[in-house]
Amino acid sequence: MSNVANTSNSEIKNDITDHDLSGIDLSKIDWSKLPDENGHFGIYGGRFASETLIEAIQELDDAYKTLQNDPTFQEAIDNDLRYYVGRPSPLYHAERWSKQLGGAQIYLKREDLNHTGAHKINNTIGQALLAKHMGKPRIIAETGAGQHGVASATIAARLGLECVVYMGEKDVERQKQNVYRMKLLGAEVRPVSSGSKTLKDALNEAMRDWVTNVDNTFYCIGTVAGPHPYPMMVRNFQSIIGREAKEQCLKQTGRLPDALVACVGGGSNAIGLFHEFLPDLDVKIYSVEPGGMGIETGEHAATLSTAKPGVLHGNRMYLMADDNGQVIEPYSISAGLDYPGVGPEHCLLIDMGRAKAVSVTDAESLAGFHDLCRIEGIIPALETAHALAYVKKLAPTMDKDQTIIVNLSGRGDKDLNTVAALEGIII
Amino acid sequence: MSTRLKDCFAKLEENGKKALIPFVTAGDSNKSITVPLMHRMVESGADIIELGIPFSDPMADGPTIQLACERALVHHTSVADVIEMVREFRQKNTETPIVFMGYLNPIEAFGYEEFAKAAAEVGVDGLLTVDLPPEESHQMAGILSKYEIDPIFLLSPTTTPERIERIVSAGSGYLYYVSLKGVTGSSILNVEEVSEKVAAIKTHTELPVGVGFGIKDADSASAISAVSDGVIVGSAIVKIIENNVDDADTILDQIGALLHSMRIAMDA
Repeated sequence: MSNVANTSNSEIKNDITDHDLSGIDLSKIDWSKLPDENGHFGIYGGRFASETLIEAIQELDDAYKTLQNDPTFQEAIDNDLRYYVGRPSPLYHAERWSKQLGGAQIYLKREDLNHTGAHKINNTIGQALLAKHMGKPRIIAETGAGQHGVASATIAARLGLECVVYMGEKDVERQKQNVYRMKLLGAEVRPVSSGSKTLKDALNEAMRDWVTNVDNTFYCIGTVAGPHPYPMMVRNFQSIIGREAKEQCLKQTGRLPDALVACVGGGSNAIGLFHEFLPDLDVKIYSVEPGGMGIETGEHAATLSTAKPGVLHGNRMYLMADDNGQVIEPYSISAGLDYPGVGPEHCLLIDMGRAKAVSVTDAESLAGFHDLCRIEGIIPALETAHALAYVKKLAPTMDKDQTIIVNLSGRGDKDLNTVAALEGIII
Repeated sequence: MSTRLKDCFAKLEENGKKALIPFVTAGDSNKSITVPLMHRMVESGADIIELGIPFSDPMADGPTIQLACERALVHHTSVADVIEMVREFRQKNTETPIVFMGYLNPIEAFGYEEFAKAAAEVGVDGLLTVDLPPEESHQMAGILSKYEIDPIFLLSPTTTPERIERIVSAGSGYLYYVSLKGVTGSSILNVEEVSEKVAAIKTHTELPVGVGFGIKDADSASAISAVSDGVIVGSAIVKIIENNVDDADTILDQIGALLHSMRIAMDA
């Protein structure tokens, strides 16, 4: 495809008053050139950061550029992924569930089997090794549900780095188990009481820490958002998911899948699965967002489906904000999905029509959660349950010889209290 | 380019003085206090006023300004409100330059062109968008230039000489040097270091250099003004509002007294 690709991707406009990409010819996109060298995915992404942060970001950018293609660094990551995380994660054919739904064959990419129970560690290993290489003895992280905090604390322990995790006061209360996990792993959890006291405020606070302690501190962002190079770098660390899935799918089914499904909050597990398949235009991509109580109620976090472009946390992205540009605190049953923005690459994929944004409600997600428990014997994370809920709708519309790969991004142990409470059970 | 800012610095230089630049978040602690406070600032010796546009997520600011934004947003202080405040201020004061300081998203939601047009119309002279570095500001730059609003940029202790060059050529009006690594409201100020940095910046530009972050009393204002073209005072002012939220008279009196003491120390 390289002979037809337009290497500058000039059709992808970066003009905030004129950025309509509907009707763009996807076969002409050079997917390997996204983002551009300044971190732009069309109007999305970029480096919208205060001058106080620019040098720290540039230092990171330079270090990552150097190490990205360094075989020794790559080998260190590969080793950790294999022997510490347990990769490759299996691609599991959920036969019973597929049969019950009566349509496409469903394959689960088992990121829940990774050490720490979710995809998050793929990224923290990369960033922590980078921190170590840059000579930064201290890493900081933000966390919502606590999965990225746990993954950061884990790798910090493994590499002997100091670790401070910022977490909204409300989330500290909601996710006590993960808070304790982080403490066991030697991390300091700092509750954030500013703003809405959740994930976005934890991110603000982590950025404040970073500008203050830039000399010795590495900021380990958990999702594919933030100032460039974070969206690209985190995607690259997570894209191991899609690379493995593609190879496994070809080996197990003899061909590419027909559809990919993943839940999207910030979007790291989703882009991790999708990225390798972007040039394969016959593979349909579904980004499943948290519809909360229902889009019509306003109580949701379906950013791609409902929001407009805005700027927060160092990048332009679809952002839930009011008419005055003030950021709105979104709602979802799952603490890992209630982020008001979404990674810039996802925004571009939606605008170009390469991915489709869909949403499912809390109730539908819970049904998906229970189905997977009872039919396949796998307890999924509530975030992941959103993707499963959409598969329930999608699979029956497809043929039996078609395949769907869904990213089983995390396991549900952390959500047992939430689910039990909904059934009136206090554990 | 705003003539008010240019004239202001020219006049200060002529008189051998440095600029005293107070900052306040518009609408903190309510919408009606801001304009009287701006007048009081001028009466107390302010040369330029930085008026903060409240934002829900002021990442580069410390807890003091974050709380100021939260107080202003309780009353839904919008970009349109802040522009109206300047219109009201200009009915009695046509001379003191006013610089808007804020984050990009509220401005983007308002629309770049609509914003610049409305701001210019009421007499806004400069715009400092904290999270819009020169690299991302091409579209904004063209529009601001069209409406003769100065783009004010930050420089920090970590800014490299190459970037200083890029920033000084993108900015006009004045430059805002952030005196320390950290967020607004931090307290450790090293005058010697600031002096060296400001001197280094001045080898790249003719633009005046104001210094902010960490200036909280007459002594620090005097020390910093001796090595720069102006001092920017934010958190110390906002802290007075925080401590006297419901008492407009005390807020005006205490902020007036603080600025007055700084003015005297700077001019001594």
